[in-house]
Amino acid sequence: MADELKINPLRKYLRKEKLPHFFCAGCGCGQVLNYYIQALDELQMDPEQMLHIGGVGCTARIPIYIKTDMCHGVHGRTLAWATGVKMMRPELPVVIFAGDGDLASIGGNHMIQSCRRNLDVTVVMVNNMNFAMTGGQVAPTTPEEAHTMTTPYGSGEPRFDVCKLAVAAGATHVERWTTAQPLQCKKAMERALQHKGFSLIEIVSQCPTHYGRYALRTGDPMKVMEYIQATTYSKELAGKLTEEEKEGKLPLGEFICVEKPVYAGTNMEL
Amino acid sequence: MTTIHANQLDAWQKRVDTGVHFMLGNYALVEGAISAGCDFFAGYPITPANEISERMSQRLPQVGGKFVQGEDELCSIFALAGASLAGGKVMTATASAGFNYMQEGLGYCYTIEAPIVVADVMRTRGDNFATYADIYQLRYGCSGDYEAVVVCPSSVQELYDYTIWAFNLAEKYRNPVIVMSEATIALMRERLEIPPAEQIELFNRRYTSAAPEEYLPFGAPENGCPDFAPLGKGYKTIYSLNPHNEKGSIDWDPDDFERLYKRICGKIRENADEICRTERFMMDDAEYAIVTYGSEVRPSIEAARMARDEGMKVGVLKLCNIWPVPEKAIAEVAGNVSRIFAVEMNMGRYVNEITRVAEGKCKVTPITKNRGQIHTSTEILRAMREETK
Repeated sequence: MADELKINPLRKYLRKEKLPHFFCAGCGCGQVLNYYIQALDELQMDPEQMLHIGGVGCTARIPIYIKTDMCHGVHGRTLAWATGVKMMRPELPVVIFAGDGDLASIGGNHMIQSCRRNLDVTVVMVNNMNFAMTGGQVAPTTPEEAHTMTTPYGSGEPRFDVCKLAVAAGATHVERWTTAQPLQCKKAMERALQHKGFSLIEIVSQCPTHYGRYALRTGDPMKVMEYIQATTYSKELAGKLTEEEKEGKLPLGEFICVEKPVYAGTNMEL
Repeated sequence: MTTIHANQLDAWQKRVDTGVHFMLGNYALVEGAISAGCDFFAGYPITPANEISERMSQRLPQVGGKFVQGEDELCSIFALAGASLAGGKVMTATASAGFNYMQEGLGYCYTIEAPIVVADVMRTRGDNFATYADIYQLRYGCSGDYEAVVVCPSSVQELYDYTIWAFNLAEKYRNPVIVMSEATIALMRERLEIPPAEQIELFNRRYTSAAPEEYLPFGAPENGCPDFAPLGKGYKTIYSLNPHNEKGSIDWDPDDFERLYKRICGKIRENADEICRTERFMMDDAEYAIVTYGSEVRPSIEAARMARDEGMKVGVLKLCNIWPVPEKAIAEVAGNVSRIFAVEMNMGRYVNEITRVAEGKCKVTPITKNRGQIHTSTEILRAMREETK
């Protein structure tokens, strides 16, 4: 008796015709997509009743695989699109997938201002520490001294802690996890989808093709994930670590979760 | 054109401030937009367009619309794209330097066929003096293949009327439409007559009647534009700048690529006769014609009258829009006169288009001025005299 072909029940959220996806073998974007549709499924949210936005880059391609309305293809302007959409359709859930380059470099000001306004959107930022789609150039999130295609002698710039920036700018829900933490990622996304206001979920992710090969001298995704694990620490353990132990590492966890009025444009209710 | 039903009329009347006004040009443009059903405006401060944002921030909330002051022009133009896809009639206003920044978002809107209206209150580099130096930027500013639609009001009344026209064109052809203005008319106060609401013809975008499984987001007849589907209702549309097929799926098939760009350009090119408007003054017996646009129409008509007093039979062809080029009207005029004077407020730009269309029919002489002010009628008259000596 032949075994019945088993299909992952979450496939129902994906555009069949777009598969197989275009991410490199070992890339974290596939994991992020997986965690995200698990979160949607858990909350019984139908992506067809939502809007997803991707700018330009590897991460921006994540929503292309989801059965949903989406905007795609312009670098850094995801939150600008969302601002207009939310003014016309405040009830429509909007989820943005942006890479670190998209959100923190070219779209940096849009991000800061959207945090300040508390625009009611969820942003999933996949931080692979470099511009991956263009071939591995330095990003504002690249660790200091790292070798990339445009920092052949090592980067002399300090990096952004994007979560810290978002909290300072006024975001009302901010968390950071890594691709090696499926449960935490999924739960964080669930909280973000339910949060009224600006949510940023940063997921530190492996790019074996570029960041791995150039900065870490390995194309092995497991080795890159080990590097991420070694250069991050749980925020809860921060008190037990010395400043030296935390030096150059990113804290993981929930940094803020508060309720504040969401942005509604200029209106006469004030 | 859609008719407004009686039960909608009450709400509409709040939008349409019927009556005779003495109004600033920038304000008239705002009233035109509100009369046309504008629901959303996003803009970034820039002179001489500021009165547009200021009045929008006051007027839009009164009629249930939304106003956003973006952190920059990029935020503004992309917020327009988002709000347009979400079903809004949308507008921004800027001036030359700000228009530079907006090319990226405009390019996106051309490609995904989002109806938006952009007012460019053109100014000289670094300062706010009058100019039409950017008319080619309005046409060719973005990367990629597309066709621009640019309307050119020449008075406060036309700032109102042409803005309504711009919204109708944007909705009808699913294309960005630019309202070209400059300080002379933008900051001038003049008589404005706003008609009763029921006399204003409005065109609203078409929505699909197809079920989501059958809907083709970028499927349209040749030289036509596709029907919209509402966001978040199961139609699963990808609005991507990347080459896309009729299903909206990102696609590198050369045939799909060609089909997309042929249609995006064709829907404007092939409907140019329907889009273009011109007006003629004293053209019946004219031996010479001034072909001009925007605020330069004003001294041009006066100059033609003065020339006629001297026995020189001059008429004026006013171009109500410069892109697409009203080729038919220009060619017809070129066939009936010995010479065209292309009057414009730059170093000579649109004269290239006029020369192209008039080739073999008549001479074309540029009368240009780039001094931060419009021509005076005497300057135009003197130039015509000089050229025909």
